[in-house]
Amino acid sequence: MVIGCEEVWREISNYLEDDVNPRLSAALEEHFRGCQRCTAVLEGTRNVVQLYGDERMVEVPLGFSYRLQRRLEGDMPGSRRRFLGWIVAAAAAVLVAGSFEMLRSSVSSHPRLRSEHARQATSIPPNMPVVVSAQGKVFHAPGCTFIHDPATARTIPVREAIQAGYTPCVRCMKEYLHQA
Amino acid sequence: MPEEAILREDPTEESREGMLIRRIQNGEHELFYELIRPYERRVFAAAFAILRNEADAEDTAQEALLKAFKHLRQFRAESRFSTWLIQITVNEARMRRRKEHAAIVEPIDDHQDEEGNYTPRDFADWREVPLETLERKEVRQKLAEALASLGEKYREVFVLRDMQHLSIEETAKALGISSASVKTRLLRARLMLRDLLAPGFGGSWTSKVSYAKGTKPW
Repeated sequence: MVIGCEEVWREISNYLEDDVNPRLSAALEEHFRGCQRCTAVLEGTRNVVQLYGDERMVEVPLGFSYRLQRRLEGDMPGSRRRFLGWIVAAAAAVLVAGSFEMLRSSVSSHPRLRSEHARQATSIPPNMPVVVSAQGKVFHAPGCTFIHDPATARTIPVREAIQAGYTPCVRCMKEYLHQA
Repeated sequence: MPEEAILREDPTEESREGMLIRRIQNGEHELFYELIRPYERRVFAAAFAILRNEADAEDTAQEALLKAFKHLRQFRAESRFSTWLIQITVNEARMRRRKEHAAIVEPIDDHQDEEGNYTPRDFADWREVPLETLERKEVRQKLAEALASLGEKYREVFVLRDMQHLSIEETAKALGISSASVKTRLLRARLMLRDLLAPGFGGSWTSKVSYAKGTKPW
């Protein structure tokens, strides 16, 4: 079965989805072998799907999760539940602070904080994803423009970042810093 | 359906979700954030795909999630919870856009006949692009701009299928269109994005994948 470029373009998306019958699939592959233009279209389209499908393309504004939690807490019915919500948040904060204190006291050779000028964070949801880099001292919200050395950056839950001695970025994590 | 099977989330995660839903339905409302936390980014992205404005998308995402909370009893387990959330968000975003219908100008492309053939432009090869380029904010920005320039009907389908990884059927259901339309629009969206991005990725954007110290653009 021989097919022309126009038919290839019509089917290219289905081909990437593996949603063509074996006969058409064979014909498409035969066509790609002999057609540079269609191969370029295929490669480009595949790149589009791969790039946009990456988690990093879904960015939310800084503080989005925090504001969402506050809104949900505020709008849910019943003050008792709201009170419970605060208890849960306070318990989480105590846990984060507690695990940090435990680490400090149990590993004496570990530096207390990577930066001696740092201020500790408070009330950060312990599973919130933050970005740290190997040589950096602070953790950031994804997308913060002050991330040092992005080549070694990785995303981890905030509780792990705190355990590893990272402290909050004073710019993107402002809302979580201790009010002195 | 094989596609659904691949996309279906971890069964233990699903039963955990089912358990959370039952507990919230029985009055433990404070667990709601835990239930929706894995999806909050996707909800925002779906709203943003329609509204293209961060503040509006954030407000819409909050409204949609509150609505989901209020109507949680109506959730039926035959569809995925994430799809149900996205469906509510899409409706909420469309409603907001209708209310503020005034000044939204759609690109001319949106009025093209989607059934007509689309001829991809003839560029030199766009070979494999390393995913590390996404670490660069300017590259993510270029991708976001290209996406924002698509007509809405293409953008919606592309975001739900290729960014949120809904199946073709789920995308169709969330948008209230047929699976055939999803496929047609998806093809067009992918080809248009390739045409918009190929010149940049074929040239200047990929020439500096890593930065020497002190040459960062930020």
